[in-house]
Amino acid sequence: MFRDIEHLIRLAVVMAIVLIGFIVLRSAVVPRSFGQYGHYRGAAIAEVAARAPVFAGHEVCEACHAEVVEQKKVGRHVVIPCETCHAAQGRHADDPASVKPEKLDTAVLCARCHERNSAKPKSFPQVVSAEHSSGLACDTCHQPHRPKIEAQAELKRPEARR
Amino acid sequence: MDPTRRRLLILLPAAAAAWKYVLAGTPEAAPGYKLSEHWWGMLIDIPKCIGCGSCSRACTEENDVPEGYYRTWIERYHVADWKIERPDVESPDGGKQGFPPSEDFGGKNFFVPKLCNHCADSPCTQVCPVGATFVTPDGVVLVDKAYCLGCRYCVQACPYGCRFINPKTNTAEKCSLCYHRITKGLTTACCEVCPTGARQLADLKNPKDPIHEYLKTHTVQVLKPHMATGSKVFYNGMDGSVR
Repeated sequence: MFRDIEHLIRLAVVMAIVLIGFIVLRSAVVPRSFGQYGHYRGAAIAEVAARAPVFAGHEVCEACHAEVVEQKKVGRHVVIPCETCHAAQGRHADDPASVKPEKLDTAVLCARCHERNSAKPKSFPQVVSAEHSSGLACDTCHQPHRPKIEAQAELKRPEARR
Repeated sequence: MDPTRRRLLILLPAAAAAWKYVLAGTPEAAPGYKLSEHWWGMLIDIPKCIGCGSCSRACTEENDVPEGYYRTWIERYHVADWKIERPDVESPDGGKQGFPPSEDFGGKNFFVPKLCNHCADSPCTQVCPVGATFVTPDGVVLVDKAYCLGCRYCVQACPYGCRFINPKTNTAEKCSLCYHRITKGLTTACCEVCPTGARQLADLKNPKDPIHEYLKTHTVQVLKPHMATGSKVFYNGMDGSVR
């Protein structure tokens, strides 16, 4: 039935070479993890996750600075994580001896939260800093870890200390 | 062993499956973190937001965001009486330095923190021509920097304006929900520093996460629900004027 099949074999050989070429090229170009989870490079997930965090997290701070935790317990700032004011301290946490946190400017920092603004919730304590302190730094009167002024007096009473 | 049709039909799918495995490579095991055990989202409690800008500043520091670009930002809404359809919205420097003191003009005034909504059916990943952006199996929309061409399709597709092209790398960039932190058991940088707890990271697959009780007891909304993007950033106490 097929006596002159030589031309068919030649065609088949050419097609096989093209197919093998395509497969080799594709496997060389497409990353191995492409399609692992979907139409993207699966290894990219691990690459994004590999970066080192910059913010240490308050649990790390509290492991060393127990005295600040005690101070904060008295006042309303107890809920505020350390790095909200002190900025990212991941490098300090990794190497506490040589990397020291910067001194903070309370006149700028406190105002970020406590400067009066009509869009802030009404129950949130707000001041107009020009009227409230006429330019004095906030830590002249307030200790930022326990900001209420009475709270400091209370701390000196032995029964309140614990 | 003659190649009968029966043998071929058995062999072909097996060969296809084997080939697929060769292409995918061996799955990488991240130590202690299982992609299938998490489904990340965020809760934003608008009545708690004081517009201090800590989240936006922390995000910039954590993720080295170029100046003038924001992965998360805070908007200040002023809704005048009788003008709920035309609110005045401002966000000077993304709210990073707080907001200028404002007179009380009446009406409604509040802050709205914004970030990538990590949509389950995200429009941005659907338009990517090269598969450089995707929803991970744990529900975070990420960008593969090594694969991104910088074609900007995704920037246009995002209905929330959460994407930009990084001028240094010329690749698309966006909130990664601090993927490098949450996979290590930390919370995101913005949630870490939020002083009032207005932002909270939520793992919707973790039965112990307080988000479940919160969603049951509060009426939360998502941004642009009519777009059916499957947004996973839930807003509590959000006014109808928020766009």
